[in-house]
Amino acid sequence: MKRFLIPLALFLVLVGFLAVGLNRDPHEVPSPLVGKPAPAFTLTRLEGANQQFSPTDMRGKVWLLNVWASWCVSCRAEHPLLVAFAKEGGLPIVGLNYKEVRGDGETDARQLSASDELALTRKRAAGWLAQHGNPYQLSVLDMDGRVGIDYGVYGVPETYLIDKAGVIRYKQIGPITPEALRDKILPLAQKLDKES
Amino acid sequence: MKRLLLSMLAVASLLGAPGAQAGDARPMAEDPQVEARLISISEELRCLVCQNESLAASRAELAQDLRREVRSQIQAGKTDAEIRDYLVSRYGDFVLYRPPVKPTTWLLWFGPFLLLAAAVFGLIRFLRQRAAQAPAPALSAADKAAAQALLAEAASSDSPPKNTP
Repeated sequence: MKRFLIPLALFLVLVGFLAVGLNRDPHEVPSPLVGKPAPAFTLTRLEGANQQFSPTDMRGKVWLLNVWASWCVSCRAEHPLLVAFAKEGGLPIVGLNYKEVRGDGETDARQLSASDELALTRKRAAGWLAQHGNPYQLSVLDMDGRVGIDYGVYGVPETYLIDKAGVIRYKQIGPITPEALRDKILPLAQKLDKES
Repeated sequence: MKRLLLSMLAVASLLGAPGAQAGDARPMAEDPQVEARLISISEELRCLVCQNESLAASRAELAQDLRREVRSQIQAGKTDAEIRDYLVSRYGDFVLYRPPVKPTTWLLWFGPFLLLAAAVFGLIRFLRQRAAQAPAPALSAADKAAAQALLAEAASSDSPPKNTP
């Protein structure tokens, strides 16, 4: 009897490993940036021609940085949730418009001049927000994706929860689901809000 | 023949004009040393979009951006290790095809040796146990007699079974 116990135990261990491994989404790579200060940047805003934004402008607030683009299909899925959340006055949301023109495979941005690309970016981004609603306090334009690399963006949409000291506390990879908002982001944000 | 001539002309014109524009391939001509380093670094890095492709091989949009980033860091004089550290600090150990040895990866690195050691230990124990086991009990007198009788009967038989040689 004992000789069957060892293979059975080994098999159960294997089943355990497989059960954990196969239930993981390999596309969700945990971000090393959680717990680290949000990388600094200064980018042009979507709203004003000469307005700039930098994460340090949000010091003292708990806020969300949401990476989006008009060509991003999953963004469309999460957008109504963000719009509703912003209406309730949940948290300030800053939009990082990621490679609006270059990320869209249909347009060859190399053939555009920098000012043409900026104009096209503004037109598309503003048009999309007008159509689907604007949950953002403001949006910034990351046309070449450099800031995206600094934030470890590899699939849009992604959302970062940043605390009052400018430290990233949570990263949502892929669209925000109502469950993630209710069970993770909101409780954590409330906790962070009490911290001084 | 015409084609050969044309290609020779093309080569000649490339050699004659070092700054020649050639679309995607243009950066290659800029500095072969930088490109060689770019390839050697990016072959060791994983593309996060197509996870089983290296950064050097992937045609994904993000891989192109990351190669451009690596290239600009090479040109800025960063060492290979600094560039790798930068990407790890942004995307995690997952970008490395060779995971570093640290407490969270000990099981990954040493697990196979642990299994091997356990298997060798098990085998030695099994062999020892088998060697230490008492030899098979001797034949009882009655059994021995019966066996001898059977053998004698087979030997004295005139017609042994056909299939025995």
